[in-house]
Amino acid sequence: MITLSEIAHNIHVKLSGAITNETLLSITEMAIVGIILLGSLVMLSFFLGYMERKVAAFMQIRLGPNRVGPKGSLQIVADTVKLLFKEGLTPNASDKFLFNTAPYIMVITTMLVIAPIAYSSGFQIWDTSIGVLYVSSVSSVSVIGILMAGWSSNNKYSLLGAMRCGAQIVSYELSIGLSLIAIVVLTGSLRMSDIVMSQADGWWIFKGHIPVLIAFVIFIIASTAEINRAPFDLAEAESELTAGFHTEYSGMKFAMFLLAEYINLFIVCAMGATLFLGGWMPLHFGADNAFNHAMDYIPGFVWFFGKTFFLIFVIMWFRWTFPRLRIDQLLNLEWKYLLPISMINILLVTIIAIFGWHF
Amino acid sequence: MGSAALIMLIICGLAFAGGGIYLSKVLAKTSHNPVKGEAYECGIPTTGTSWIQFNVGYYLFALIFLVFDVELVFLYPWATAAKSVGVVALIEIVVFMFILFMGLLYAYRKGALKWM
Repeated sequence: MITLSEIAHNIHVKLSGAITNETLLSITEMAIVGIILLGSLVMLSFFLGYMERKVAAFMQIRLGPNRVGPKGSLQIVADTVKLLFKEGLTPNASDKFLFNTAPYIMVITTMLVIAPIAYSSGFQIWDTSIGVLYVSSVSSVSVIGILMAGWSSNNKYSLLGAMRCGAQIVSYELSIGLSLIAIVVLTGSLRMSDIVMSQADGWWIFKGHIPVLIAFVIFIIASTAEINRAPFDLAEAESELTAGFHTEYSGMKFAMFLLAEYINLFIVCAMGATLFLGGWMPLHFGADNAFNHAMDYIPGFVWFFGKTFFLIFVIMWFRWTFPRLRIDQLLNLEWKYLLPISMINILLVTIIAIFGWHF
Repeated sequence: MGSAALIMLIICGLAFAGGGIYLSKVLAKTSHNPVKGEAYECGIPTTGTSWIQFNVGYYLFALIFLVFDVELVFLYPWATAAKSVGVVALIEIVVFMFILFMGLLYAYRKGALKWM
C-alpha cells in the first residue's frame, strides 16, 4: 500500500537526483510544498464553505445551494469570483495602515499554525518537539489581527465586535490550554507524532477514563468559542453588530478573513482529532486481533480527515442547536465553570497518569 | 522539513493575501463617491469618532487572563516531566493549583469576574 510519506520520500529522491546543490534542493522542495499547501487550503476552504451551507440547509429542512454546478458544489467558487471583482473599500476616517495590514496578519497566522499538524504517518510539514505549545501560542496571535481590524475601522460595530472577541479569545484560551495539557501529562511529550504514536493501542478518549472525556468536552466548547462560531459568535453577531470586526471590509480583504476563519476551524478540529481521537491512528482495541488488522487497511490520512470532518460537523451542528450567549453569560461560563473544572480535571488526569490507571 | 518551513509558510501567506488583494485591485471596477468613504452604520450618519474610552470590564478580564496565562506557560514543562517524576510532581501541582485557586477565589470575591 502506498502511503503519503512514501510519495513524499520518492519525490525527494527524484529531486535530489536531479538537483545536486543542497540549498537549491531545499528551496525547490519548499516551493513545491508551499504551492501544494496553498492549493489544498483554498480547496479546503471552498469545501468547508459548501459544507457549512449544506449542513445548515440539512438542519433547516431546505435544499441549500443547488444551482451552480452539480448539487451546487461550485456555488462557493462563484462567490469567490464575485468577491474578486468587488471593489475593496477603505473608509476615510479609518487608520489606513492598520486597516490594510490586518488581513495579512490573519492569513499569515493561520498559515503558521498549519505547520505541526500530522496528516499521516511521517507526513508533516514541521515535526517540532514543542508542537502543542507552538499551536496554542501562535494561534493566539490572531486576536491581534482581529483587534487591529476592529480598532482601525473607526466604526462602533467593529470596535464592539473586536473588544468582545478579544475578551472571549483570551478567556477561552485558558481552558483550551488546560485541556491540551491533560493529554500532554498522559503522553509526556509535546511532539505531535509522539502524541499520535502513544494512541496506537487505543485513543486517549477511550483509554483515559472520565477525566479525558471531561477534557475533550471542555476542549470542544472552548475551541468553538476560540474560533468565534455560534453559539459564541458575539464578535460578529449579525443581528446586533451587522458583521462585527469586519463590518468595513469588502472584496478580497473580507475574503481573507473568511478564509482564515475556515482554516482555523479546520486547525482546531485537527488538533482535537490528533490529541483525543488518535490522529491518523486506526481504531484499535486490545492487542493483536482480526478487527485491528482490518482497520489497518484503511490509510492513515483517511482516518485523520474522517475524524477532523466529524468534529467540524459537530461544531456546525452546534450553530443550529444553541442560541447565542450574552457577553456576561459567556465570561461567566468560562471563569466560573470551565476554568475551575479544568483545573481540578488536571489533578485527576495527573493522578491517572502517575499511578498508571489508564488502559 | 525543519524550522525553515516557517519562513516558507510566512512567504506563502504573504503571497496569497497580497496576490489576492492585488488581483482584486486590478480586476475590480472602481468609482469615486464621497458616501462610499463613510463608516457603515446602517445608513445613519456617524456621530463622532469611535476611538473613545470603552468598558473597563474588558480590562479587568485581560488582567486576570495575564496571571492565568503565565501559569499555563509554567504548566507545560511540568506536564512533559510529570509522568517520569512521579508522586512528587503530583504534590507540587496540588500546591500550585491550590495557590492559583485561591487567586481565582480572591478575584471572584472582589467582584472582578462580575460583568458590569
